Amino acid sequence: MEQEQLKEKIVALLPEAEFMTNKQYLDVIVPANKLHAFVTSLKETNDLKFDYLFCLSGVDWPNYFTVVYHITSSEYGHSIVVKVKTDGRENPEVPSLFDIYATAEFHEREVYDLLGVKFTNHPDLRRIFLEDTWVGYPLRKDYKDEINIIER
Amino acid sequence: MSEEKKVIVELDENPEYIINMGPQHPSTHGVLRFEVSLQGETVKYLIPHCGYIHRGIEKMCESLTYPQIIHLTDRLDYLSAHMNNEAVSLCVEKALDIEVPERVKYIRSILSELNRIASHQLWWCAFGMDLGGLTCFFYGLRDREKILDIFEESCGSRLLHSFVVPGGLMHDVHPNFKQSIRDFIKYFRKLLPEYDTLLTGNVIFQNRTRDLGIMSKETAINYGITGPSGRASGFACDVRKVEPYSAYPYIDFKEILYTEGDTFHRYKARMDEMWESMVILEKLLDKMPDGNDYTAKMKPVIKLPEGEYFQRVETARGELGVYIVSDGNKTPYRLKLRTPNFSNLFVMNKLTAGYKIADLVAISGSLDLVIPDIDR
Amino acid sequence: MGYQKYDLAPLTHSIDQFLYSHLSSTWAFLAEMTLIGVVFLIFYAVIGLYLVLAERKVCAFMQNRIGPNRVGWFGVIQTIADLFKLLLKELITIRKADKLLFNIAPFIVIIASFLGIAAIPFAMGLHAIDFNIGIFYIMAVSSVGVVGILIAGWSSNNKYSLIGAMRSGAQIVSYELSVGLSLLVIVIYSGTLQLSTLVESQADAWWIIKGHIPAILAFFVFVTAGTAETNRGPFDLAEAESELTAGFHTEYSGIKFAFFFLAEYMNMFLVASVAATVFLGGWMPLHIPGMEGFNNAMDFIPPIVWYFGKTAFVIFLMMWIKWTFPRLRIDQLLNLEWKYLLPINLVNIVVVALIVLMGWYIK
Repeated sequence: MEQEQLKEKIVALLPEAEFMTNKQYLDVIVPANKLHAFVTSLKETNDLKFDYLFCLSGVDWPNYFTVVYHITSSEYGHSIVVKVKTDGRENPEVPSLFDIYATAEFHEREVYDLLGVKFTNHPDLRRIFLEDTWVGYPLRKDYKDEINIIER
Repeated sequence: MSEEKKVIVELDENPEYIINMGPQHPSTHGVLRFEVSLQGETVKYLIPHCGYIHRGIEKMCESLTYPQIIHLTDRLDYLSAHMNNEAVSLCVEKALDIEVPERVKYIRSILSELNRIASHQLWWCAFGMDLGGLTCFFYGLRDREKILDIFEESCGSRLLHSFVVPGGLMHDVHPNFKQSIRDFIKYFRKLLPEYDTLLTGNVIFQNRTRDLGIMSKETAINYGITGPSGRASGFACDVRKVEPYSAYPYIDFKEILYTEGDTFHRYKARMDEMWESMVILEKLLDKMPDGNDYTAKMKPVIKLPEGEYFQRVETARGELGVYIVSDGNKTPYRLKLRTPNFSNLFVMNKLTAGYKIADLVAISGSLDLVIPDIDR
Repeated sequence: MGYQKYDLAPLTHSIDQFLYSHLSSTWAFLAEMTLIGVVFLIFYAVIGLYLVLAERKVCAFMQNRIGPNRVGWFGVIQTIADLFKLLLKELITIRKADKLLFNIAPFIVIIASFLGIAAIPFAMGLHAIDFNIGIFYIMAVSSVGVVGILIAGWSSNNKYSLIGAMRSGAQIVSYELSVGLSLLVIVIYSGTLQLSTLVESQADAWWIIKGHIPAILAFFVFVTAGTAETNRGPFDLAEAESELTAGFHTEYSGIKFAFFFLAEYMNMFLVASVAATVFLGGWMPLHIPGMEGFNNAMDFIPPIVWYFGKTAFVIFLMMWIKWTFPRLRIDQLLNLEWKYLLPINLVNIVVVALIVLMGWYIK
């Protein structure tokens, strides 16, 4: 499916979605409270069938975090990028998608571990790489580690 | 050994017999820990614990330039170093809108396929060893050596090549490149059937792997299981077909697909992929243009324009995704690596519950996990 | 018969008489015991060490390698060097381990294999003790080893060891049946449990030839079950390296580990010896009824060469199996025994009884 067609379908699903230009994929910015319902419909709508979440990443921006979902359809082969912005940096929260994509459970744990974005409703939100007693979230831009990170 | 009160075996009302497989264990192939709860010999549940070799590659990348990042990507899945290098290189080239010379594309694909064969050979060794057939290990390594010799000849190193760089290749390949690969294909065509006679046809091996750890197509897609493990379940996830890159669009090849999804067919998918890779190699070698251009014209300092770039590449274990967020500097603002093994690992609990410990080893072997790729 | 010229009984008798004529009967008895003990100890150590070397060489041969070739000529003293290394290693005591049992276990295992060797006839007139229930004795004594393995696994305070020990227990208890029943086939044929008469009874031809189909079947069952009983691949579940790190001897170090290691090889030697003695004629040269010239030629080869040759053949067979096959799973292992080997054996015994009654074997 072409990006334009895809855009029309998504506008029909979620009118308040914002779009960003990207050469490769169609970027959709979705408000956090609508994310779960939106992604569910992306997966379950018959001619979309976005069933394969191939990448889930968190990005630390100066005033907020974004969680980026790269989703594709294993049947039709079209892809989409869903982005969610958090409210500020103090208590970032995004709904978990573990019940839609099983793989999200572990990618979300990784984002939580390294960026400190909390995923609400997540069944098992623990650190995945670092020890449970680790202080701070290393992938944040303001993370300080005077022993191991040399500032240049 | 921390608590003084523990006796040899705890006899609670509801005893849980938990053993830790790893981080030092022969069959986890690295520093991975499975917390396994047992009932007799049967696995009740399994919790993977990773992070023992977490080096913070993503964080390191944020302070390195793109040519420097290449050297870190080798260390992810060290058995498919070329593909990892290629992923970052392609992503940078995509961002800069650089078209690399045709010859470079072919060389990249050839190296990737060779790397895939080498990786599957090592996997075959280790899988045989996991099941107790130690002889397999030496048969596989014997043939892998030939590929490593080709790498050494052309790239200068045998395991961590850092040969594919943004814009092309580090340097030109050895003049003997084509001939030595043709020699290798001829050699390996003769010896690959030996693998089948030693392991595939063995009745014990068949009993150990058939109908074991069956993964449905839905599970594979849901958990994001890619690579031969996913394709054995019928999930057509080959990035070489889905989003072709380098020289793959120019040639015609088969995607190995099975629908059974058990351990044996994950094994079979990899064995067939070795055969198919040799076919691909021959086709690529036939079409590869002559010349000696090995790189596109690149600026001395690579600065990506502001934006987000994503590149998917098929490594020997599945789909590697590189997600670069650039703010226009010579270092990436954020670089996310979607590694195949990270996704592949977490299906273990679903596959092993209810099977024996020996099956756990067989299943984890058939998923072909490389631990540094999980932890990054 | 020609092979009788190599009878070693006069030699052993003369030593016996020499001791009894020079010492009082108590001291002579003690001296004899000590002598036999020392001889067996040396024999045990040498065989154990060289079996390890042989295994490494055979495995290297199977795997396109050279094997040990640095210490001594073709690595002949490699294992002796390894033994010294193990002797120098620290004996790590495990906290929370059951100290007494932990230390006893290797001895139980090694003594069990040591006792079995005593009843084997190595050549004509050369064996330590000639029981009239020799086969029964060897079987009884060699199965004591499993007690040592169970104790080792239990007392180590290691969960892998415990699983390994339990596997080993289940495995040996079940395969003991097959070993016993397959030997019973030949016992029915020959009508004796005494190993020396069993060997003598094969003077015209070996039982595997005389006993035709049931004997051949019993031989394969015995080698399979014997391999399983010695915990060797493809039945090495008790120490399955890729699953249980090292199974029941995970926590052992130094010479205690070496004891387990040696015992494994001696058990293999014992199984091979019994197979050679019972099925392949022990020290008896190859005789084919009716071919006098050939039989006389065979008789020129000393019985001890025959004995070690046959044993080495069975050992090679076991090594070959180990380095070719992948490992079985515990349930498959037990299935193999209870669903295949045991029924085959039982039917086999009935058939043999019939054959012996009707006299349908080569006499």
